Amino acid sequence: MSIFEYNGSALVAMVGKNCFAIASDRRLGVQLQTIATDFQKIYRIHHKLFIGLAGLATDAQTLYQRLVFRHKLYHLREERDMKPETFASLVSAVLYEKRFGPYFCQPVIAGLGDDDKPFICTMDSIGAKELAKDFVVAGTASESLYGACESMFKPDMEAGELFETISQALISSVDRDCLSGWGGHVYLVTPTEVTERILKGRMD
Amino acid sequence: MESVFGLVGKDFAIVVADSSAVHSILVHKTNEDKIMVLDSHKLMGASGETGDRAQFTEYVQKNVALYQFRNGIPLTTAATANFTRGELATALRKNPYMVNIILAGYDKDVGPSLYFIDYIASLHKVDKAAFGYGSYFALSMMDRHYRRDMSVEEAIELVDKCIREIRSRLVVAPPNFLIKIVDKDGAREYGWRESIKDAPVAAA
Repeated sequence: MSIFEYNGSALVAMVGKNCFAIASDRRLGVQLQTIATDFQKIYRIHHKLFIGLAGLATDAQTLYQRLVFRHKLYHLREERDMKPETFASLVSAVLYEKRFGPYFCQPVIAGLGDDDKPFICTMDSIGAKELAKDFVVAGTASESLYGACESMFKPDMEAGELFETISQALISSVDRDCLSGWGGHVYLVTPTEVTERILKGRMD
Repeated sequence: MESVFGLVGKDFAIVVADSSAVHSILVHKTNEDKIMVLDSHKLMGASGETGDRAQFTEYVQKNVALYQFRNGIPLTTAATANFTRGELATALRKNPYMVNIILAGYDKDVGPSLYFIDYIASLHKVDKAAFGYGSYFALSMMDRHYRRDMSVEEAIELVDKCIREIRSRLVVAPPNFLIKIVDKDGAREYGWRESIKDAPVAAA
């Protein structure tokens, strides 16, 4: 079994009208065994920037700690939060540093940039950025997620409709993947507020 | 194969470990203590490579004591768990410790807590956890019978159910188990569940 499939994960981020949504599944497994059904995969860097980390859980935790450290230092020096584009470049650089002994993670970055313009991107485990205007996916359920998002996505959705769309795409995709699922975790971010919701899906 | 499991009760946490020290087909002893008492209110049950288990748990125990000497106050359970994860993560890509850990502790403000720490340094706070082949039986029994806020008697009844399952269904089942408990009064040995006693050594 691939090292990327050791713990199991599903991540998706979608762009809406002046807002974005980022969602993950909640399973922590060790190959075929499920350890926990409340595992956090999306982390908050600042109130308008979130990063989801798919792949090996231990590397996701280490990488998150390193990135939060780098952002806090940036904040102390620059006296402001990092822009999503800048943060994506930082993540890419941190991952490429370990080119010949990489972190087994696939990040999904979502944030509101200048003028609250939504920004999403994903990258592979050695930092190759993939910018997208509509949606990005990562994890063991990524193939199903590509299909579900492609068919359900519409540009310029309002927050409510975006939440429905991303939730349906996530739940239907993880139901076809045995290594991810056990509910969903959705963050909906607009310029004024951040809403966090738990989804109930098939618990298996 | 070694079995360690643990669960959180109303205001206590329990860690159970088998007590056989095995080398290939030979059982060296059947009363090995695999649950290290880190300080007055913390227990660390460990399973895995024998040398790594003994050395790593002792290393954590001494560092917990050092913190208390330097700072005058004991580490919290969460901080101990994160320290342990950090040590495992740092060693992971150099000289990994092959030890799986269940850390249980009691803090005055938080109450009882249990942490699952994989040998590849995946950390998660849980209500129940298990490692080894015995985990297939222990986790299933706990999924069926565990409730939040169990009393000590109910928890021990559940522990006995798990031990009975492991003994009857695992082909090379360990004969003896050790139970330790941690609550507001401290971390201590609760009892043994023996089905084989070591033969007494004849006097010289």
